[in-house]
Amino acid sequence: MIEAVGLTKRYGDKTAVHNLSFQVRPGAVTGFLGPNGSGKSTTMRMILGLDNPTSGRVTIGGYPYRKLPNAPRHVGALLDAKAVHGGRAARNHLLSLAQLSGIPARRVDEVLGVVGLQDVAGKRSKGFSLGMGQRLGIAAALLGDPQVLLFDEPVNGLDPEGILWVRNLMKSLAAEGRTVFVSSHLMSEMALTADHLIVIGRGQLLADMSVKDFISANSADFARVRTPDTEPQQREKLTAALTDAGGHVLPEQDGALRVTGLPLPRISEIAHDTDVRLWELSPHQASLEEAYMRMTQGAVDYRSTIDQKAGLMQPLPPGVQPPMPVPGQGQPDWYAPPPPQQGGQAFTTPGQQQAGPYAAPAAPPAGQQPNPYAQPAPQDRAPAAADVPASPAATQSEDAR
Amino acid sequence: MAATQVIRSEWTKIRSVASTVWTLSLALVVTVALGMLISALTRSEFDRMGPAAQVSLDPTYTSFAGMSLGQLAVIVFGVLVVSNEYSTGMIRTSLAAVPQRGAFMFGKIAVAAALALVVGMVTSFLSFFLGQAMLGPHRAWIGDPGVLRAVIGGGLYMTLIAMFSMGVAAMLRSPMLSLGILMPFFFLISNILGNVSATKKIGRFLPDQAGSKIMQVLPRAGDDTPYGPWGGLGIMALWVVAALIGGYVLLKRRDA
Repeated sequence: MIEAVGLTKRYGDKTAVHNLSFQVRPGAVTGFLGPNGSGKSTTMRMILGLDNPTSGRVTIGGYPYRKLPNAPRHVGALLDAKAVHGGRAARNHLLSLAQLSGIPARRVDEVLGVVGLQDVAGKRSKGFSLGMGQRLGIAAALLGDPQVLLFDEPVNGLDPEGILWVRNLMKSLAAEGRTVFVSSHLMSEMALTADHLIVIGRGQLLADMSVKDFISANSADFARVRTPDTEPQQREKLTAALTDAGGHVLPEQDGALRVTGLPLPRISEIAHDTDVRLWELSPHQASLEEAYMRMTQGAVDYRSTIDQKAGLMQPLPPGVQPPMPVPGQGQPDWYAPPPPQQGGQAFTTPGQQQAGPYAAPAAPPAGQQPNPYAQPAPQDRAPAAADVPASPAATQSEDAR
Repeated sequence: MAATQVIRSEWTKIRSVASTVWTLSLALVVTVALGMLISALTRSEFDRMGPAAQVSLDPTYTSFAGMSLGQLAVIVFGVLVVSNEYSTGMIRTSLAAVPQRGAFMFGKIAVAAALALVVGMVTSFLSFFLGQAMLGPHRAWIGDPGVLRAVIGGGLYMTLIAMFSMGVAAMLRSPMLSLGILMPFFFLISNILGNVSATKKIGRFLPDQAGSKIMQVLPRAGDDTPYGPWGGLGIMALWVVAALIGGYVLLKRRDA
């Protein structure tokens, strides 16, 4: 059990962590979420006694880390995958850490097997990819068979197979009754891995609740209704009828309607009664990613802006249109959708062109010449998402685990 | 128990990086080879030297002439042993495994210093015997008064240089900064301060100036140094202690 009470860390004028109090319980995976620079790593370092808190305290099993008896057998941590001497072989790196904690050398070969690095055990870690570095770091965390595990961004740089492996590893470690504390900035990843969430922004606690609660508190169900594009008056007619029936209707940019407050059968009945044909009537759920974005939006320190490319633009020949920028990119409300395999189905549902204010805009209409680098992405994504028939119900049951 | 664990771990760390082999073998080769070269030159030039110089020739110290250059490799060794932890970020992993920072730092320094002592002694004895072989008729013998002390002192001197570098690196953390300060200091500044008459009185209390006194058997002409060979080594040891305490205090206080 990790317990932070009023944890505060200041570097000069900058407050990295402010009055943070939380508990991380054993037997569950606790996700630690926050945008870049929100104080996740600082908090992790304070838990491990590497940085001294300006005020407040953090304890593991009731002891501050530096006073913990036999700390490395009790707590394992992956802080930074690159924090390895590149000239040292992977096995020697782990061996030195094992000896430091009084762990027998055969355990080193065991964990190398667990993370799948046994074939490169004798190779210098200089040549490792980021994913291999992460595996080495995870091996180091597992060395002492600890009861408390901390992972700072463990899936960075891992391939899909590795991400799945880490996800299952975390769950099985928690199932064995260990305390597992995982930081990430990917809500979609945490929704699949974690049981409990601690969300911080600008060093302050934004949420501390179970994933189940987070879902019910933050995801509103809605129905997407599409009337024939050719007859806009039908859309207005239906909107009026639905509003009269007590529904709340929000038009979406691509002409569909987002309806809340009415069950799907009722919407169908109303459409039938008002003699409106429907092209689409589908149940949807606002994704956790969206909820998380909304929650941390005010606490994002580093926000991208549009690249003006001043002075880099070649004068265009007369009569040629300047290339279209990727629509939406770099604007404050634009968030890249997660790739489909990371549980991003929650809001890149099939057939859906416009998934609310935070999703990527639809592919530019044919005929226009958009940014050549941006062009393939939306086109590739559509069939990929369609391959994964992500019903919101399935996603939810997966989340709830 | 914690101390032996740290020592075993540090031994694994130190033997598993190439820089250890490179810096220490460079230190040995440079010191011995340069000592032999200077000894050979001294022998061929001996007849042309003035009578005063002939009388005051210290054959033992002559064979240690390579030490001034060889010590630079020892400095690199000492700096890298400590600052590698910082430049790679390994320090966080290490300190998470050994929350007792004092045990960690002194375990590391003990291992590196023991290794430096072994290499230093081998270097010192090799320098002496090969250097004396080059000096031929003007040579000193290991049994001559003060000679064995000087040769053992040479090994101790190299060890203390390594430890001083480790202490400085523990304070400064960055390998570039540490080397940028230590290399010019030991190669140039200390020599200049120790040989210019205006600054001589202060210069001879600098670590390398004081420590190298142990390698001299015959006092130089007009030498009014207020300390003896062991006194000089003691002054150097005080510098080392100061650097290590500084490094320890900062490591203890600072965020890793």
